Amino acid sequence: MTALLEVRSVSKQFPGVLANDNISLTVNPGEIVALLGENGAGKSTLVKMIYGLYPPDSGEIYFDGKKVEIQSPKQAIDLGIGMVHQHFQLVPVFSVAENVALGAEKKHLGLYDSRQAENDVAKLSEKYGLVVDPSAKIEDLPVGTQQRVEILKVLYRDAKLLILDEPTAVLTPQETDELLEVMRGFAKQGVGVIFITHKLREVLAVADRVVVLRNGKLVGETKPSQTDQSGLAQMMVGRPVVLDVKKEPAQPKAEVLKIENLVVKDDRNLVAVNNLSLSVRAGEIVGIAGVEGNGQRELVQGITGLRKIESGKVLINNKDATDASPHQVHEMGVAHVPEDRERDGLVASYSIADNLVLNRFDEAEFSRRGVRQSGPIKKLAGSLVDKFDVRTPSIETRAGSLSGGNKQKLVIARELAWEPELLIAAQPTRGVDVGSIEFIHNQIVQARDNGAAVLLVSAELDEVLGLADRVAVIYAGKIVAVLDQKDAERNKVGRLMAGGDTN
Amino acid sequence: MSKFLQRHQKAVLSTLLVIVIAYGFYFWDSVRTTSILNFSLSYALPLILAAMVGIIGERSGVVNIGIEGQMLLSAFVAFFAAVATGSLIIGAFLGMASGLLAGAFLGIAAVKWEMDQIIAGVVINIVAAGITSFYYTPGQSLPAIVPRIEIPYLSQIPLIGQVFFNKSIFVYATLILVVVLQVMLFTSKWGLRTRAVGEYPSAADTAGINVYRTRILNVAIAGVLAGTAGAYLSLDAAGWFERGFTAGRGFLALAIMIFGAWNPFGAMAAALFFGFASGMASQLQADEVINIPQQLINMLPYVMTLIILSLAAGKVRPPGAVGQPYKKEG
Amino acid sequence: MQTESDDAKKLHPSLEYLIKKQSFIVPIIAVFVALIIGSVLIYFQGANPIGAYKTILQASLGNERGLIRTLEKTTPLILAGLAVAVALRVGLFNIGAQGQLIMGAFFATWAGFTFTNLPALIHIFVGLLAGIIAGGLWAAIAGILKAYRGVHEVISTIMLNSIAIAILDYLVNYPYKEPDQPLPRTVPILESAQLPKIGFVPVGFILALLVATFISWLINRTTTGFRFNTVGANKFAAAYAGIKIKYVVVSSMLLSGGLAGLGGAIETLGITYRFEPAFNKGLGFDGITIALLARANPIATIPAAFLVGILRSGAPTLQFDYGLEPEIVDLLLALTLLFVAAPILGKLIFRKRAEKSENVSSGWGS
Repeated sequence: MTALLEVRSVSKQFPGVLANDNISLTVNPGEIVALLGENGAGKSTLVKMIYGLYPPDSGEIYFDGKKVEIQSPKQAIDLGIGMVHQHFQLVPVFSVAENVALGAEKKHLGLYDSRQAENDVAKLSEKYGLVVDPSAKIEDLPVGTQQRVEILKVLYRDAKLLILDEPTAVLTPQETDELLEVMRGFAKQGVGVIFITHKLREVLAVADRVVVLRNGKLVGETKPSQTDQSGLAQMMVGRPVVLDVKKEPAQPKAEVLKIENLVVKDDRNLVAVNNLSLSVRAGEIVGIAGVEGNGQRELVQGITGLRKIESGKVLINNKDATDASPHQVHEMGVAHVPEDRERDGLVASYSIADNLVLNRFDEAEFSRRGVRQSGPIKKLAGSLVDKFDVRTPSIETRAGSLSGGNKQKLVIARELAWEPELLIAAQPTRGVDVGSIEFIHNQIVQARDNGAAVLLVSAELDEVLGLADRVAVIYAGKIVAVLDQKDAERNKVGRLMAGGDTN
Repeated sequence: MSKFLQRHQKAVLSTLLVIVIAYGFYFWDSVRTTSILNFSLSYALPLILAAMVGIIGERSGVVNIGIEGQMLLSAFVAFFAAVATGSLIIGAFLGMASGLLAGAFLGIAAVKWEMDQIIAGVVINIVAAGITSFYYTPGQSLPAIVPRIEIPYLSQIPLIGQVFFNKSIFVYATLILVVVLQVMLFTSKWGLRTRAVGEYPSAADTAGINVYRTRILNVAIAGVLAGTAGAYLSLDAAGWFERGFTAGRGFLALAIMIFGAWNPFGAMAAALFFGFASGMASQLQADEVINIPQQLINMLPYVMTLIILSLAAGKVRPPGAVGQPYKKEG
Repeated sequence: MQTESDDAKKLHPSLEYLIKKQSFIVPIIAVFVALIIGSVLIYFQGANPIGAYKTILQASLGNERGLIRTLEKTTPLILAGLAVAVALRVGLFNIGAQGQLIMGAFFATWAGFTFTNLPALIHIFVGLLAGIIAGGLWAAIAGILKAYRGVHEVISTIMLNSIAIAILDYLVNYPYKEPDQPLPRTVPILESAQLPKIGFVPVGFILALLVATFISWLINRTTTGFRFNTVGANKFAAAYAGIKIKYVVVSSMLLSGGLAGLGGAIETLGITYRFEPAFNKGLGFDGITIALLARANPIATIPAAFLVGILRSGAPTLQFDYGLEPEIVDLLLALTLLFVAAPILGKLIFRKRAEKSENVSSGWGS
């Protein structure tokens, strides 16, 4: 049998990083190959070369036994390669059918035939059991449905090879199981599947073969039957990994954050946080579990003053913070690790030192009568860089040139430097290497042990379950349940995340 | 047809209303009504064309703040080429070609060089001003005037006949263009792809559409329309050229584009409204109904632009990726 | 509630490219390339390019009168350049320095002929202040429209230019017209409001140098400057850091317009002594070229403005000596702007560095 896809020793150099170093990979028809690796290991780079998003520097790609040079997604699509991207590639204002047909439009009298596209999509969705309304607008659809549209897009183009890039990141455990089932269905029909993930459980559940990348190199290949989670983790990271967070039981004290009947709207002016109530006490970590897009972002922005609160109350240490500005919230003792550190948390063109005082630049310590004091700023920066292990040549280095993990350590350092009373950490380990994840988790636990109240928001259910003393499940802008860590069993939380009942 | 009426109820009703009112005034005072409407159309025409330039650009994700310069340059080229060759047609074509050139510059600067689109547009404006003011020679006149083409029968209709069906080729071409663009943008493959590129370029890219090429081509082709607007201004509407000839029309056009919610029909209506307001003001001034110094009358379109832009904010949604250079992730 | 509307956040991320990523060598080469291309164009006009450039230098620097004129021309150019540069730091593109400048010029004149019996020092101060306030408020309109209504500042400042021209045209034709004169212009200012010279150096020029130094200090050393720069570099991070973006947008436009207004005030109080509508056409555009040549660095606006000042001051002589239209300067400056703004030269010269820096900002969208 000829392999469906054969990648022979491809390499790809980006400025400063060798993203792929001499990697070879085969996928047979009907086979599910899991591509496993940490963030930055080179998984996305590899599949993007297969999909024609960028050319390899060296090496060869064979598809259906023929040597191919895939220079554009169009060429990949024509060959029969389809890809479901980590960030959905859907035009929000277009309908489902328009998104599916885009780039492969059928014409009627010289114009795009919208009716035929809608019919085709309806047929496809029926055939594969992927329920979706072809005429619905993408921006009105929930995330899980949007993913179905992404898959329909690939099916519409008759793909022989399906690449799924971190497809489960936005799904509940139950939705994930459904997706794995859909993948098995494709494989049965002879489609080859490349499944990128960093979730070991899913790999073991669905893959026929596992290929592990680390630092741009292929470090191993195995089968689910020959390994287990810790074995995979060790291959991925290159050393034994502690999968669980070590911490003592919490000793909660006074209530620091109290949220009452909070209502916050999203960018499209729709209610995102709907009558939400929650409280966090000093010395405990409350983790918000939920599928992304259920109001987590708006909740955090509402508390921190970055988004207008429609109604309800936010109390911090019993003081009203409902209408406080970000500056005032900060003054009340609240530290905020924002979910999108590149966008909100850092100024890439500023030095590390300036970033370390980004929200404290006008405090008396760092400015006198409106003039900035570089001495104290540098002194603080020097000590924080050491204490939080930010790997950088100098405190004058541009923050933008740091790696993802070091950027996040920089933000954490800034936010924990002044011993806040409340720490709000949104996606604190997203896109961060395992070493930094361990470090950041320890810092969060330490902040708790020093008496801070911690509100943790994470899309990684494992992170919430491992770190939080209490787990609050958010669904459709409401907290649907608050469970103690010991009661927060994975499947139960998963059902709650999907809006199901507690029992 | 009934579905069309249902969906565009407001537009259809207001169009009917405008027609009824126009004829009402026509029977009251045919001379003045015809003259005001003629003025409105000739005032609106370059604005319509320029707004189409903006629409094509922004629908594909490129802000074109250099429309002013593109029009200025092509008005200049069209005029002096016509003077030099003695042919209006050659002048018009060279004017359009210079618009194409300026459009291609913007497209390449914005897409290939990832230059800030606003700065690229401002550069076009300043370079066009520099070229046209240095090479300008006063005292030239055109070899001929642009002929009116009377459309049989239709031109006999009272009011509409004189306003719409006894005009130069520029007017007919523009009106046809608006209709074609409206249809193409929303029901053709090109339109679907163009809008995808302007709304969410990475989605278009992964669907196999060449984002860079689409953007550059669209902006360059839109440049031809800017060139046509310039040629119309110097060859047809004015018949002369001077420094700073376009007087901010390129910027008014952007306001009109926003007011028209990035729709060709909407922009045309907005441009006609601008033209009508100005025509009305000059007529009232001429009749001495009102007595406002000319300087303040001249201010009117600019003030209107500011007011419209501040009212439109938040009401209309621009294409999602407008102004952002597209970069492949990496 | 201090939330910022998304409109207020729509500043230009890639302005950073102009400010930070290109070396100072690029502007110098840009000028050089523009002059070379300019010489070809001059040659095609039938004139000797080297002779023409020599004439410009001689007329602008070769004698005391020329030098004074050059310094006088440079003064408002420094301030117009600063006006554009300050706004660029915040990510705003103020292309309305022209309107702000003439507003400042008119109201400085107005203060100059309206207030009587003031001691010279105070009268001058009042005149300059009137110019600063008028220019600042005029620009603040654009700032307010940007911050609260999401109107793009490029369009609003251009519209405000035209509106300023129309209003002032009206004012000097009607209420403030010098009586019994054919030309529309105001009466002259009182002697007590006139800016003197120290030796042959106009006081206004010295003032402009001081202001540039002050602005440099403000931008680089103060918390105000930090706020400005942060909003310009990353408005989301600025909001996160508790900076009030709307306030920064409006106040930076106020400052920017105030600088342009000061430029206009110095011009009328120090040189023309009255206001005429044809006043200093195109100065605002020169301000853009200067600010971009200076890479939005306040101190660097001084040499950039001086260069433009030389061209502007020397060009009229070309008409007599070579029959060249002085508008050649517009063309030369436009070419300079083209080369300094378009990253063509930067990419050719610093190919490696440009590639490296691209790695920093990844991903799509803003």
